[in-house]
Amino acid sequence: MNQVRLNTDTLDYAIVVVYFVVVLGIGFVAKRYIKTSLDYFLSGRSLPAWITGLAFISANLGATEILGQAANGAQYGVATANYYWVGAIPAMVFLGLVMMPFYYGSKVRSVPEYLRLRFNKQSHLLTGFIFSISTILIAGVNLYALALVLNFLLGWPIIVGIVVAAGVVLAYITLGGLSSAIYNEVLQFFVIIAALVPLVVVALVDIGGWGGLTDHFKHTKVGEAGLHVFKGTAPGHVVNPIGASWLGIVFGLGFVLSFGYWTTNFAEVQRALSARNLSAAKRTPLIGAYPKLFIPALVVIPGMIALVKIPHLGGASGQLQYNNVIPLLINKYLPNGMLGIALTGLLASFMAGVAANVSAFNTVVTTDIYEPYIKPGEPDHHYVTFGRFATAAGIIVSIGTALIASGYSNLMNYIQALFSVFNSPLFVTFLIGMFWKRMTPWAGFWSLLSGTLSSFALWMAYKLGWIGFGSDLAESMVGSSLAFFVGAGVAVAVSMVTPPKPVEELRGLVHGMAVVDEKVPPEDRVWYRSPTLLGVGALAIALAFCIIFF
Amino acid sequence: MAEDRFIRESEQAEEESWGAPQAERAANLFDLRRIIGGLFVLYGVVLIIVGLGDSAAEIRKAAGVHINLWAGIGMLVMGIVFLTWAFARPLGRQLREEEEKAASQQPG
Repeated sequence: MNQVRLNTDTLDYAIVVVYFVVVLGIGFVAKRYIKTSLDYFLSGRSLPAWITGLAFISANLGATEILGQAANGAQYGVATANYYWVGAIPAMVFLGLVMMPFYYGSKVRSVPEYLRLRFNKQSHLLTGFIFSISTILIAGVNLYALALVLNFLLGWPIIVGIVVAAGVVLAYITLGGLSSAIYNEVLQFFVIIAALVPLVVVALVDIGGWGGLTDHFKHTKVGEAGLHVFKGTAPGHVVNPIGASWLGIVFGLGFVLSFGYWTTNFAEVQRALSARNLSAAKRTPLIGAYPKLFIPALVVIPGMIALVKIPHLGGASGQLQYNNVIPLLINKYLPNGMLGIALTGLLASFMAGVAANVSAFNTVVTTDIYEPYIKPGEPDHHYVTFGRFATAAGIIVSIGTALIASGYSNLMNYIQALFSVFNSPLFVTFLIGMFWKRMTPWAGFWSLLSGTLSSFALWMAYKLGWIGFGSDLAESMVGSSLAFFVGAGVAVAVSMVTPPKPVEELRGLVHGMAVVDEKVPPEDRVWYRSPTLLGVGALAIALAFCIIFF
Repeated sequence: MAEDRFIRESEQAEEESWGAPQAERAANLFDLRRIIGGLFVLYGVVLIIVGLGDSAAEIRKAAGVHINLWAGIGMLVMGIVFLTWAFARPLGRQLREEEEKAASQQPG
């Protein structure tokens, strides 16, 4: 029996405890200090770009991202970096430079609200449902990932881990409140970086640097093909372990999947909406793009090293599955002390992932479904109480969705599948709605519904074995492309036969009609605060990396 | 000791901002940079102490790298950078100045 158990001692637990005392303590103090639910932090549109930029990237760099991309690193090698240089940077730049003026300029508070203004109530309600399902599924992924680590640390069975973790998260949200959740989200980003950097350094020293890694990696089951980002992805003759052609990578992953995620994701866009002016809102995703460029070094490299250094790594279950790459390396390399930091980072980031999604679920269910459409006009405390029930219900349902996630050997593939069903259709509806004045309210509704259903149908057919793909990821790419074309086709067709919205109602919502009352303040006119320069810079670095690791 | 100095500085800054409006004080108190800085200084010092006492076996485990010591130094430096930044440009003052500027730009 190959039993792996982290060799934790009192010091490690003390480091974990200190962290949670700090985060919960902030929640308690903040509750006493500020009566209006941290309004200075969240809203008032008062935050400088560096804070919103950090919050933006922290919301993305959760535990699933880390475990999942390290699993991809072991499975696909260097091509995993496509998720970053192709699958994130262009979309982040697009969000900042092209879409932010509409989001920020139309003064909406959330993504579904934009759809209500641009289209109709039916589209708003449909998005509300789609968002509540997807947030609860992603909360389940985080819960399952947390259970994986507890399984490692304490040897608990996965199901016990899921239930206990759900209980802990519920207690944590109730005790510390929203402020704890927000601080934890940004803090965990720094702690997890502080854990990953030493881990990568030690692992690289052990394997003999980048040169040693490439030499050894050639002889693994992934082989030489796994050392390239694009080489071996010619359509019809794919030998790159990523299993998709460059067309699929660029269009499916780089365009539909990633634009869908970055431009419509509730948690992400929300961060930019709290910036202090349009310039800061535009810079929010652009500032986030720079750390994102370098994160592959912290997740893909450990994945690749694990494939070399950990014998019999692989498979869908057991201690040595791909999802466990990071915990396995932590166990192998880190002494007590650093072990505690690493554990803190992992636990905190799962908590953040569950909490962020559960609170997004609560917000959507309460403000986008219950309040406007089910029981309007009640006093404020009625909705607060309803929100509490929604949170508790959300966590209970997440236990169920965590069990679905446990069926995937590679969490990142599962997440991409979720994005292809939920985010890509939303993106096409947004894109056409933002750029084509003639698109009618009902076209918004039907485009969203048909896109979602078509991508879901493809996923079902793949799962039932009716259609085969080179990899799970290839299915996600085709699924999101399908959603894109179906959604676009339906949008055009329905627009032809239904009445459009009067042009004056589209002011500030559609391209060419943006409200330009925002003046760039003098201190934001310096060259290093120019959104265009920041965006072009990030794209140039991404392109350079793609060429270097071609 | 580095922490002592920062505790003193932080108390001093707390006193200075005591007369400031509540929102400004709150913004300073919950400034992310102070919290990150404080946590990293604490973790850094702990790791350095642990790292100095690491056994040969533990260093061998980490491929011969004194990882607790180095990571501790790194975290301590990061923590100090964040604290210095937070105290050099307090968030509360920054927010207030911007509000005042915005108010003065309003006509009338």
